[in-house]
Amino acid sequence: MTELLLDVKNVIVEYPIKGFRKEPFQALKGVSLDIRPGETVGLVGESGSGKTTLGRAVLGLAPVTGGEIVYRGKDIAHLGRRERKSLSSEIQVVFQDPYTSLNPSLTIEQILVEPLTVRKVAKKDASKRVLDLLDQVGLPSNAADRLPREFSGGQRQRIAIARALALDPRLIVCDEPVSALDLSTQARVLDLFKEIQERTGVAYLFVSHDLAVVRHLSHRVAVMYHGEIVEWGAGDQVTGDPVHPYTQRLFLAAPVPDPDRQEQRRAVRQRLMVEQERAGLEAGAA
Amino acid sequence: MIDLTPTVMAPALPRAARRSLFSRLLRNPVGLATMLFLTLLVLSAIFAPLLAPHDPNSSSIQDVLGGPADGHPLGFDSSGRDVFSRLIFAGRFSLAGAALALLIALVIGVTGGLIAGYYGKWFDSVSSWLTGLLMALPGIVVLLAARSVLGPSMWLSMMIFGVLLSPAFFRLVYASVTAVRNELYVDAARVAGLGDTRIIGKHILTVVRAPVIIQSAMVLGIAIAIQAGLDFLGLGDQSIPTWGTMLNDGFRQIYKEPLLILWPSVVIALTCVALTLLANTMRDLLERSGKAKARRRPPLRPADVNKTAAVFHAEDLSSSGRTGEVLLDVRDLAIGYDQPDGTVKTVVHDVSLTVRRGEVHGLIGESGSGKTQTAWSILRLLPDGGRVTGGAIFFEGKDLALASEKEMTKIRGKKIAYIPQEPMSNLDSAFTIGSQLVEPMRVCLGISKKEATQRALKLLARVGIPNPERTFAAYPHEVSGGMAQRVLIAGAVSCDPDLLIADEPTTALDVTVQAEVLDLLRELQSELNMGVVLVTHNFGVVADLCDRVSVMRDGRVIETGPVRAIFTQAKHPYTQSLLAAILEDGEARGDLDEGNSGRAAAAALATPSISDTIGAQS
Repeated sequence: MTELLLDVKNVIVEYPIKGFRKEPFQALKGVSLDIRPGETVGLVGESGSGKTTLGRAVLGLAPVTGGEIVYRGKDIAHLGRRERKSLSSEIQVVFQDPYTSLNPSLTIEQILVEPLTVRKVAKKDASKRVLDLLDQVGLPSNAADRLPREFSGGQRQRIAIARALALDPRLIVCDEPVSALDLSTQARVLDLFKEIQERTGVAYLFVSHDLAVVRHLSHRVAVMYHGEIVEWGAGDQVTGDPVHPYTQRLFLAAPVPDPDRQEQRRAVRQRLMVEQERAGLEAGAA
Repeated sequence: MIDLTPTVMAPALPRAARRSLFSRLLRNPVGLATMLFLTLLVLSAIFAPLLAPHDPNSSSIQDVLGGPADGHPLGFDSSGRDVFSRLIFAGRFSLAGAALALLIALVIGVTGGLIAGYYGKWFDSVSSWLTGLLMALPGIVVLLAARSVLGPSMWLSMMIFGVLLSPAFFRLVYASVTAVRNELYVDAARVAGLGDTRIIGKHILTVVRAPVIIQSAMVLGIAIAIQAGLDFLGLGDQSIPTWGTMLNDGFRQIYKEPLLILWPSVVIALTCVALTLLANTMRDLLERSGKAKARRRPPLRPADVNKTAAVFHAEDLSSSGRTGEVLLDVRDLAIGYDQPDGTVKTVVHDVSLTVRRGEVHGLIGESGSGKTQTAWSILRLLPDGGRVTGGAIFFEGKDLALASEKEMTKIRGKKIAYIPQEPMSNLDSAFTIGSQLVEPMRVCLGISKKEATQRALKLLARVGIPNPERTFAAYPHEVSGGMAQRVLIAGAVSCDPDLLIADEPTTALDVTVQAEVLDLLRELQSELNMGVVLVTHNFGVVADLCDRVSVMRDGRVIETGPVRAIFTQAKHPYTQSLLAAILEDGEARGDLDEGNSGRAAAAALATPSISDTIGAQS
């Protein structure tokens, strides 16, 4: 058994609510999962389920009030700014919105050099690295001195991926990286993610609301609902034959692109809804 | 497979768009003139000892109020000092005083604004309170008080004035910083390990830089005027020459030597006008380029790709016979947008589609394909500058493209209803949901308020809202996105429309909510026997709801037919590529351990060549 890269244990994230002596809002209510080196763990859930919060907690951008986030044997949940800095070459991020995740007034080269300056990479090496990164994500080298607004959504997301790759991280948190993209662009960007992983052995925590996207990319999948993980296991099992009632509902709610099979799925879903409602009523009555 | 993506690299923008503010200013006539004047002014102040023919303070009794003489082009003042030399030396003190005020205001305002905006917390509340206090203080009164307590020092009064001006910068910087602080690229920089000073310096200062420069020019003008005013009142330091003291002297001698007041007035006026004009020019230049930055829509693809006719599929068993008469018949529709240079940019070309009663016609395509434009044109609700430039939209025998606005008002809502993509932004947050449902019904159906209320409650119950009375009385922000979309659907069907235009009605919703809303739409559609135009980019939604599909690309319909034909026998390569990109029902990735070693080996072999990767760019 390989050593775990990331081990999230019982993590609680609370946001204070304005007002005197108000109970804080629990965005994560004790969440546990783990990621092995080179693995993609998919995190599925609907809006408000806490999936993005978990990603931000791993990145140190959300206040962890309980539990541990162990990265290669060390708890990183409560690091100070300075200690956190040393992790920047290990854990990186690709955000959802390629339009706001790149500073509009910096050129692509400036954007990509930024993480390198933290590592004190010499200027000459840095520009060489930028060309290498652009090549890795399939952009031509003349992209370096352009501004983000000159690129389409898919290209911007490639730039964001290049920025994440700049320091050769071991883990990239991907927060809905393809949900703002068109269908055909989405497929190509997902292939790029896969290709990079197979080449570099980077691990992904892949956050998405789209079961199909997660299924395509993930080795293991966790399903979140109201700040908790309700189902967690191998990708094909969770996304193909779910056990938890919520995952079943989620699975059946996504329409299949085939009129006849969608008709069947709709019927199954409606039957399931009735059954679950009845079961819920019985459970409530008991 | 043919690569169907047109050239993906955005065309290289002309360099001019990226040129710095400074070089753009030099190309603007007003900018050039003001910059030239101000540079000359500053240079003359710096080199005053070299330029001035005489000592500004040496007076000669016999020349008091003397007119222009040899070596004294502007004559003498009331103490017999050379006016021209004083004017040049006064520039030194007036400009330096104003610059001091600006510097103090900048230091306090910008640092305060950065800290309050970026870190917030207690500093935020304290500094906001303080700026409020400073802005409430009457500046001149404070300066007069300071003068009487601290004595007539120009420098001191300018420092105090600088403090009084600092809220202007504080507010500006604070507003920009709070807007940028939560941008994702600031988060990304944080994850990259950048320290706060670096983040502020690189990402935040760049945002506030331009507005601060503009504001500085304005503030400098104000400081010069105020300082001249103080000196003119005789409250300044009489031992140093400033434009204000010269003004004061000239005013006292206005009957004996009226020209004396002219020279300082001209210099003050020119300086203030130049600074204001410069500020305005900079703002104009920045705002023009700012518009391009704000554009969030992906660039439109060139519409030159397929001029070939669309692929038509014949009716099949599932589609024929199910539907009624033709409701909507769009023929060769073209939509264009007027450009500033007088040309028309056509975004939709030759689109033809029909919708029968009881039929759902799906318009599917990627962003920029013209599907939403087509839908809006049916309602004649194109954004400003957009209009139907060709073809016809027949609805109940009438061409909507030619209908008057009055006729359209009767048709919209009553005959053709609309469901938007963003439920929340389509409800007015100032009114209760109930009133937004009742009002259109009273207008469209001509029924009483009581009747309309009854009907609205029934509709809310019909669209699956658990507690109709409560939702009726609620404001839009009090309900969830899914509920808001149900409300809008209730509103859309409230006047029994014949045709429903649904623009991505479920895109903003969660999957489970989407499924419920789709169910609701299907039920209502068959209940009311409506025709529906459904705009979407999701093939799953198409499969769920549509009877007929038109695939759009670059403003054209490239393939159209019954839904099953499109899914099973797509002929156009673009449709095929879209269907191939669908991930649903694809293979799951499998466990990490299986074939791990094999994959690593394969990865080592298959290092992609550069040409491959460039070909695959999105």
